[in-house]
Amino acid sequence: MNSLSPKERVKIPRQKMPEQEPESRRKNFEEVNLGLELELAKREAHRCLECANTKCVETCPVGVKVKDFVQLIVAGDILAAAAKMREDNVLPAITGRVCPQEDQCEGGCILGKKFKPLAIGYLERFVADYEAAVGKVGLPQKAPATGKKVAIVGSGPAGLTVAGDLIQRGHEVTVFEALHEIGGVLVYGIPQFRLPKEIVRREVDNLRALGVRFETNVVVGKTVTIDELFQEEGFHAVFVATGAGLPQFMTIPGEHLNGVYSANEFLTRVNLMRAYRFPEYDSPLYDCRGKNVAVIGGGNTAMDAIRTSLRLGAANGYLIYRRTEAEMPARIEEVKHAKEEGVQLMMLAAPVEFLDNGSGWLKGARCIRMQLGEPDDSGRRRPVPLPGSEFEIALDVAVIAVGTTANPLVQSTTPDLKTTRKGYIAVDEETMKTSKQGVFAGGDIVTGGATVILAMGAGRKAAGSIQQYLTTGVW
Amino acid sequence: MFSIIEAQFVAPDVKKFRIVAPRIARKRKAGHFVLVRVHPKGERVPLTIADSDPAAGTITLFVQGIGKTTRLMNLLETGDYVSDVVGPLGKASEIAFYGTVVVIGGGVGTAIAFPTSVAMKQAGNHVISIIGARNRDLVILESEISAISDEVILTTDDGSYGRKGLVIDPLKELIEAGRKVDLVLAIGPIPMMRAVAEVTRPYGIKTIVSLNSIMIDGTGMCGGCRVVVADKTQFACVDGPEFDAHLVNFDVLRQRNSLYREAERLSLDKFQQDPSADLACAKEMCRLQNL
Ligand SMILES: Cc1cc2nc3c(=O)[nH]c(=O)nc-3n(C[C@H](O)[C@H](O)[C@H](O)COP(=O)(O)OP(=O)(O)OC[C@H]3O[C@@H](n4cnc5c(N)ncnc54)[C@H](O)[C@@H]3O)c2cc1C
Ligand code: FES
Repeated sequence: MNSLSPKERVKIPRQKMPEQEPESRRKNFEEVNLGLELELAKREAHRCLECANTKCVETCPVGVKVKDFVQLIVAGDILAAAAKMREDNVLPAITGRVCPQEDQCEGGCILGKKFKPLAIGYLERFVADYEAAVGKVGLPQKAPATGKKVAIVGSGPAGLTVAGDLIQRGHEVTVFEALHEIGGVLVYGIPQFRLPKEIVRREVDNLRALGVRFETNVVVGKTVTIDELFQEEGFHAVFVATGAGLPQFMTIPGEHLNGVYSANEFLTRVNLMRAYRFPEYDSPLYDCRGKNVAVIGGGNTAMDAIRTSLRLGAANGYLIYRRTEAEMPARIEEVKHAKEEGVQLMMLAAPVEFLDNGSGWLKGARCIRMQLGEPDDSGRRRPVPLPGSEFEIALDVAVIAVGTTANPLVQSTTPDLKTTRKGYIAVDEETMKTSKQGVFAGGDIVTGGATVILAMGAGRKAAGSIQQYLTTGVW
Repeated sequence: MFSIIEAQFVAPDVKKFRIVAPRIARKRKAGHFVLVRVHPKGERVPLTIADSDPAAGTITLFVQGIGKTTRLMNLLETGDYVSDVVGPLGKASEIAFYGTVVVIGGGVGTAIAFPTSVAMKQAGNHVISIIGARNRDLVILESEISAISDEVILTTDDGSYGRKGLVIDPLKELIEAGRKVDLVLAIGPIPMMRAVAEVTRPYGIKTIVSLNSIMIDGTGMCGGCRVVVADKTQFACVDGPEFDAHLVNFDVLRQRNSLYREAERLSLDKFQQDPSADLACAKEMCRLQNL
């Protein structure tokens, strides 16, 4: 039990995350945050006010029992804390690292109204890493085999969550993944310095140990269709979690020039294909050493791309965003880290043309300054171009990170699957059922690009209704 | 892990592979391709599926050793494995009855065009095949193509076999002689495809080319394979690889395909100096698979 009085608790400062120094880390791909030690974690846990009304739980998309697991840290039973966490969150080592805590649990924390909020994300990461380090992951018990087969399409956080939930209920679960590695954005998008691949692999191995089958190199819609999964392969339910993987370009002149990348390509080459270790690994990337690199966008993807370019040796890394820092959708920690590492923010600007050096290679961008106008549908103030404010910037590489849309491969090959106007899969929000019997969907393929934890929340919900469908047979 | 059950050279530097990939074999149509990654440190390279046997669960690929990965692949033997094969990708060729179809293959493009020729013949077309190669030794699939073509014309750059000259020479002659040509399919190096497009353009003959842009995922996820067709950006892996030759911007294709020229050269040099590390990486994986 926490023996400190509330007065004593608020006197403890929020513990700082130990991290690699900016100067050294901008030259390597090792993880930036080093994680709390046991003592620091305990001290942080002691700050929890143990509110009766747990706002932190309410603001968590999967309802992690924050107070309970934090109390277990205070009591020194870290493995029990981890087990408590796993009741609601199957990927704690991952969400502890990548969730936008400031908008969720920590945003709800009462401490934050007067002091700094409890570092729930750090604690979450701590218990998961501790559990892995002592090698005692508390794998849940499996229910007896039901004889029902579930196919999961896509191995990102939504797919992995459903796999974890349904394997425990005794179903046979197969995950089909188009790429050669399991993990979705967690392996091809989010870089090593923020989420080491070993951590994703560890979680995937846990699922494998529970009996989940993984089939890589299967593009559903091409290699096999949803209808064939039902009719020829005997699956009883399908969960579609194919993400929002289609990169958006800006449709401005010069986008085909050599040196202009989508963020997806830039990050996939580095993360999935390990281009930062070329020529040991085969896939190359434009040699960024000593070059000027700009990323266009303000989200996590943009931050990841620009920080990656610094690690690849870029002389200058610019982040060009059409609104201001306050509107940037990226996690606060990413913006802080990026600035510490020397990323140069160019706010209220947008490129209007990429410039050709005369032989098809990028030499720069013509940009225009913006000013903020009336709020748009998203509630954020709309950027309006300032006439006559155009300027040029010299660039060797430009990475476009202005968002993604739905990949149509599954939808276009499954005629009775209804989609939204923008091409996402339409579902009943309570049950995650699609218009086609036996088919459920969740994650970015339903919401558009969102977050890891929302994808997991959708998976959790879908797993519940898939379970119900499989046991009752009622659609 | 995908098992190679047949590997044999059909010309110097061109090897034929039969690989066990039952799901792909079942779905594959003419014009489809696969992405192959030889070993866990490898890149993903697109290769057209030349043939498939759904009953045996195999697909056939022809690999011309040009860069590092294709040369490494050509060192693999029957009984070896490749790490990853994914497909069938891309849009299938539009097979229909057109009338007279001229299929032009340059170099390994001959193998890429072959399945479409077969399908065109089956659809009732009069198929004229033009096979182009640098010299006699590099002519591939001659007997297979002869068996399914109504007419076959061979050209070599040095005249060591067939006619001396380029593939566009006989094409021009056919058209100028007043032969009715309803469709031309041209697959090969970029200058060849572009030259064919220029021959047919004044006559308004529908001409299809298959674009070999640089790819990673093959599912529309990265946009690295983008090409400009009819002034619009298209992704070769999902919108193609076949496009209307008269609308393709070949300059952009050539320029984008040169993006990694230096890295590719470095990679190839390193491999040629000492292929053992890569070979070990591939063979290691094979051995593990057999344990
Ligand atoms: C660079 C980057 C950084 C991000 N940073 C953060 C962050 O810090 N915090 C956060 O919360 N969120 C972040 N996000 C967003 C988050 O990663 C996504 O919201 C989340 O991964 C969505 O999960 P998902 O399971 O829906 O899909 P995905 O993770 O996109 O996984 C979909 C998987 O399906 C596969 N697939 C697609 N089509 C097929 C098919 N036809 N057949 C078989 N498989 C298929 C794909 O290859 C992929 O592996 C980031 C995203 C990116 C791109
Ligand atoms: S290869 Fe990535 S989109 Fe075509």
